[in-house]
Amino acid sequence: MKIPFSYNLRSVRQRPVSTALTALGIALVVAVFIGMLALANGFAAALTRTGSERNVLVLRKGADSEMSSGLDRDAISALTASPHIARGADGRPMASPELYVVIPLARVGDTTGLANVVVRGVSEQAWQVRNNVVLTSGTRPATGKNEVCVGKKLVGRFPHTGIGETMQFAGRPWTVTCQFASGGSAFESEIWGENEQIKPAMRRENFQSLTFRLSDPASFDEAKRVLEADKRMTVDVYRESAFYAKQSELLGRLLRILAVMITAIMAIGAIFGAVNTMYAAVDSRTPEIAVLLTLGFRPRSILASFLAESAVIALAGGVVGCLLALPMNGIVTSTTNWASFSEVAFSFRITPALLLAGLVFALVMGTLGGFFPARRASRVPVAQGIR
Amino acid sequence: MKFWPLLLANLGRHKRRTLLTMASVALALFLFASLRTVITTLKAAAEFGSARRLVSTNASGLIFPLPVAYAQRLAAVPGVEKVTWANWFGGQYGDGKRFFANFAVDAKTYLDLYPEMSVPADQREAFLRDRSGALIGSRLIDLFGWKVGQNVTLRGTIFPGDWTFTVRGVYTPTDPAINDDALMFHWDYLDERNDRSGLAGWYIMQIDSPDNAPRIAKAIDDLFRNSSAPTKTGTEQAFNASFATMWGNVGLLMNTIGMAVVFAILLVAANAMMMSARERTRELAVLKTIGFSDRRLFGLVMLEAGAITITGAVLGLGAAKLLYKSTNFNAAGFLPGFDVTGPTLAVGGAIALVLMLASGIVPAMRAARLPVVAALRNVE
Repeated sequence: MKIPFSYNLRSVRQRPVSTALTALGIALVVAVFIGMLALANGFAAALTRTGSERNVLVLRKGADSEMSSGLDRDAISALTASPHIARGADGRPMASPELYVVIPLARVGDTTGLANVVVRGVSEQAWQVRNNVVLTSGTRPATGKNEVCVGKKLVGRFPHTGIGETMQFAGRPWTVTCQFASGGSAFESEIWGENEQIKPAMRRENFQSLTFRLSDPASFDEAKRVLEADKRMTVDVYRESAFYAKQSELLGRLLRILAVMITAIMAIGAIFGAVNTMYAAVDSRTPEIAVLLTLGFRPRSILASFLAESAVIALAGGVVGCLLALPMNGIVTSTTNWASFSEVAFSFRITPALLLAGLVFALVMGTLGGFFPARRASRVPVAQGIR
Repeated sequence: MKFWPLLLANLGRHKRRTLLTMASVALALFLFASLRTVITTLKAAAEFGSARRLVSTNASGLIFPLPVAYAQRLAAVPGVEKVTWANWFGGQYGDGKRFFANFAVDAKTYLDLYPEMSVPADQREAFLRDRSGALIGSRLIDLFGWKVGQNVTLRGTIFPGDWTFTVRGVYTPTDPAINDDALMFHWDYLDERNDRSGLAGWYIMQIDSPDNAPRIAKAIDDLFRNSSAPTKTGTEQAFNASFATMWGNVGLLMNTIGMAVVFAILLVAANAMMMSARERTRELAVLKTIGFSDRRLFGLVMLEAGAITITGAVLGLGAAKLLYKSTNFNAAGFLPGFDVTGPTLAVGGAIALVLMLASGIVPAMRAARLPVVAALRNVE
């Protein structure tokens, strides 16, 4: 027969301080667990969302990032003639030959260090090809002018990013005409300008990459095979989404390993705390347990009852941990995309799945911590216990 | 210490609880030491740099090169004693999973400027003589099992193609902040195989006196101000610091987690101490009856808390110190010279004392204030 759960609740109320301390210890572990994974999640999401399934990124063979790539005019014209490129409403190929340059910029309120910010020279088509990019205000840079559009995450973090203001880089002034968003992706940490303006300003002869929209989303493998076999150029062809996801791999993996290691060590400490608390609970309630056994409750029920008690304390801790972690959601932080040495701003991302994982983690800690004390409870010798 | 046996008996009463609490404290301080060492290592890397070395990069950013012809003009700037230059190569080895720095250097002058890189004389000669030779950090030998005389092929990412070098020498850094997993080869070799020749990534200058650094840096930047590639010159330390800031708020993150860890364990320890004291209420009353003063009982409970936290701290901090030292850990090349520093150990020790006070204070006060009659009357 099952011991009523109210027995556990009342017992817990008998020792509120020690229960609260144990739960709070678990809460902190859960909060750190969620916080660190939210960081890893946010970084991965920023880069994963950058790419689109339907877009294709072409780089020079062997280049591991847009920065180290280079495509000359011949390669660009051969590529843009490809039948795999979708046509826009105006009948022109939806392809954007791009420059990708990193410039040092001082952050607002930080005079010591410079951040490496990406300047991307794009063609007019880029705004259609990358349909996840939307203007939040202003108008697109006009052709033939020194005008730029800045990503949303740069606004406020770097000086002169307001509309109508002038940024100074590559030896020229650039007027900011618009700001754009792209669903939290790494593009939001970039400055976009017209490629034919950026190229001479940066003294570049070649473009760095070409991004185009697939005419048929299913034809990626075919397009990759044809373009990589083309004798006129030596290129690597990537699906845009896969390319950016790969860039987040190294740091994302590092963050996850760190999260798991740190929380595992913390969790062991918290479990020890739960073990102590539960043993003390069992010890102080030995006569009670003996009475329960005398009344005919099975040792199995006692085990289950104490396990449940421990799990509930942990779960309460887990809930508090989730609440502690929640305010972190959306906080913007920045780090370096080591694949291109450029700064990427991203937000902590707490998802329902992550919260659930935190609760499950708390339950596991509670169950592990409660098991041995519960087993001892179930083995209390009736005659001695009741004396 | 005539109370030593009593203290030991008290600690031994609940052996399991004592051990678990000690282990929690040990884990917490191990974690604390590890996290803080990440910060101190990054800081050491940012502060590394000889005061007598300046670095010039293209004012538009590190990825833009400078003409190699600047070398002559830099050498002529008053106060500059030696000039060398290097290029980031960014090659990948094997599957490219293990990143390591590799760059092209003007070999003779580079080694002259970096006495911190110690190379056996014969290997140095062999490296300088072989145009396609490479000089590698000692860690790469352990990582990839390379040997002197072996050919090593890197896949170029910035400079396309396969590049094969012959390992001619191994350097050992005498300063822990220098990476021991870099590969260096001859700039001439890069230049002749590269379609855009005559470009240096950055220049490093040795100057006559650290006091002249600002003046010389300004003289250099003025010299190239109106050229097609203006320079930005600063101390080597500022150059290294700019990389360290690229990690973003790592320091804040590590500190926050460290605090959370310490606080969580404080709860565990405080809980354990309170449980111990509560179970012993009667015993404490008996001690008072036979003449223990309030102050003495306070001290006894505090001492018990201290024994637990300080043993835990010694174990945790000691394990961190020994583990990272003996495994030569460097986080896949990201944190060269990862070693728990003295100040970190000291802060860890201070935390143990705080833990002792915070976890012991409530039970100790309770013990001191215990009303004897009431406590003895309680029948368990």
